[in-house]
Amino acid sequence: MKPFTYLIPKTLDEAISLFESHEGRSAYIAGGTDVLIKIKERKLLPDYLISLKHILGPDRPLLNADTKELYISAFITHRTLERSTLIQRTYPILHDAVKNIGSVQIRNTATIGGNLVNAVPSADGAIPLIALDASVNIYGTKGMRSIDLIHFFLGPGQSVLEKGEILTEIVVPPLLPRTGGAYIKFGRRKAMELPLLGVGMLLSLDEDLATCVKARIGLGVAAPTPIRAFSAERFLKGREVNEQTLTEAGQIAADEARVRDSIRGVAWYRRELVGVLVKRMGFTCLQRAGLKHGDSEDV
Amino acid sequence: MSRQISFDLNGNETSLEIEDHWTLLYLLREKLGLTGTKEGCGSGECGACTVIVDGAAINTCLYLAVEVEGKTVLTIEGLASPNGDLHPMQKSFIENGGIQCGYCSPGMILSATALLEENAAPDDDEIKHAIAGNICRCTGYVQIIDAIKRTSQPETEKVKVVAWQSDTGNK
Repeated sequence: MKPFTYLIPKTLDEAISLFESHEGRSAYIAGGTDVLIKIKERKLLPDYLISLKHILGPDRPLLNADTKELYISAFITHRTLERSTLIQRTYPILHDAVKNIGSVQIRNTATIGGNLVNAVPSADGAIPLIALDASVNIYGTKGMRSIDLIHFFLGPGQSVLEKGEILTEIVVPPLLPRTGGAYIKFGRRKAMELPLLGVGMLLSLDEDLATCVKARIGLGVAAPTPIRAFSAERFLKGREVNEQTLTEAGQIAADEARVRDSIRGVAWYRRELVGVLVKRMGFTCLQRAGLKHGDSEDV
Repeated sequence: MSRQISFDLNGNETSLEIEDHWTLLYLLREKLGLTGTKEGCGSGECGACTVIVDGAAINTCLYLAVEVEGKTVLTIEGLASPNGDLHPMQKSFIENGGIQCGYCSPGMILSATALLEENAAPDDDEIKHAIAGNICRCTGYVQIIDAIKRTSQPETEKVKVVAWQSDTGNK
């Protein structure tokens, strides 16, 4: 690897001022599982690597007891989320995703913020967070700003982050009552594989546990960025969730997907898969929404 | 840039000068001669370079040496007891045919050891989930899963395993 100097700031302000003082020659690093590969491949050749790993902050996801908002520091690892009982019990959609990212070794180092800022179309961490209506806090020289995660991604590898800015935190708004969520990463191998397709779905039900009051469908690898299937979501809202409506929602979502051929799969197959997996996730949501808090399966 | 770091390596307090851009893999193999840790792909795909840092299995090819400052590192060389007795996981890999060419074995054994520290009685799916980042091209994994299962303890014997592991940590 090309030599670099490793800087270890303890605060965000310190990190940003280091970035500025070495402008053009520096890069941020957190877990390093992507950044170090880029350096090894000489796609990134910084003279200064600024670590975000040692910035003081919460080491686990936190639920605000009053607002019911979930706060996830961008610098915590996938493994921390995977092992969090809060995530397992209350946000199974996120647990479904983080437990299958990379491998144990990767999850022990790679951070959730890193997964987002890479802005790849297949980001497993992003899809469930989009379905959860998450926003992200971004810190830079002009201070803190917040943006909905769905608007964070601009294209493959591109996000709204400006030079020197740091994604610091993910905020998930309170869940409606009777909400069930699920995510599936579909690929040929379970570990160390980017998905052929990722589908994250969140359904909130009325008191009858059948009528949909809110639907969110996040799709990964279905477009140049993670997307939501807005038409399918609108279709489900107000309707009873059943075999027929989920099949139809799946078809609508498949029509919305801007899938393409790639090394991992061809477009027509991906499109078919959107329909199949939206339906399958819909049933899982239905089942999980009906469970009382705390007795979710798969924990 | 070079700097001094200190960490616990296989039970020994170690202090030495490193370069910032060294991976932990490079430090272990090229500077400390601990060649039990293997380099496979060099990009986090194969798990041959797995060691345990502060109880967690990590890929040393994607982990900077500077990051072990103040931490505890366990490599395959530190798993057997000082008198040469193999760790039960190593014995089990041998007895159950979990080793053929041996290249994946150090990483595989350390991933399995880290799993049992968290979960003393994993089922087949939990074992597969835990070693999914370790590629073996010889065994077909069946013997490896057997070897791990036979080292693991039924629920009631969890306490014993934990006690035994803390013994090795102090040596």
